[in-house]
Amino acid sequence: MRTPSRSLVVVLAARGLAPAIQLFALYVVFHGHYSPGGGFQGGVLLAASFVLVRLAEGYGAGQHQIPRRAGLLLGVAGVLLFGAVGAAAFLTGGNFLDHGRVPLPGFAPADLRSLMILVIEVGVAITVAAVLTAIYDELLGDEDDA
Amino acid sequence: MNILLETAAIILFGSGVLFMLVGSLGLLRLPDFFTRTHASGKVDSVGMMLCLGGLALHEGPTLSGLKLVLVIAFVAVSSPVAAHALARAAVRSGLKPWRAPGQGGPDR
Repeated sequence: MRTPSRSLVVVLAARGLAPAIQLFALYVVFHGHYSPGGGFQGGVLLAASFVLVRLAEGYGAGQHQIPRRAGLLLGVAGVLLFGAVGAAAFLTGGNFLDHGRVPLPGFAPADLRSLMILVIEVGVAITVAAVLTAIYDELLGDEDDA
Repeated sequence: MNILLETAAIILFGSGVLFMLVGSLGLLRLPDFFTRTHASGKVDSVGMMLCLGGLALHEGPTLSGLKLVLVIAFVAVSSPVAAHALARAAVRSGLKPWRAPGQGGPDR
């Protein structure tokens, strides 16, 4: 086992790139209506920025950003957000994912569909980012070894 | 003016392709890991940046052109850093650079 080392070049590049990747990930998620992209692609970009910080700055610094425990919790939260938005149409007798029937006053059905698709994309992005980061953490082994 | 821009775009793209060709030849022909990293670094950074620059000139000042310029900036940062990290990891795990036969290398 080699001793871990910090390369100044890699650390500085990661510090500059990671926030730009995160900003672009948000753009990809929220612009998914109008251009290629959406929840999965934006979530993968977010996870890439988290893993980049873990690789360059070391495991400890990455734990301050997204703790290992939060990875699985956020993954579950994203799925629950997806399921809750999908099931909200049940309240007024609609089908699963029938966004026009979501009981939210003050919106035309077409606007409501557009808005709820965005919420679902955000749920997908949260889950994908959290689970991909959690997979990287799990590959390192138990918390004692990491 | 338009013809000038198109010509500049073609020249940029052509020189990018030339860099990629030379880098690929180096990747095939050079003797060891470090020299091959040196060659593939040219393909990743210079070749790709010249090709994207040609495309950006062809596209002009639109949103797509701006995105191409952003991609050029990201490639300019990330690709040399990736080559540096690869070579540094190889040095730290004990890989010795290649020497020509008779100059410290194997007598073959």
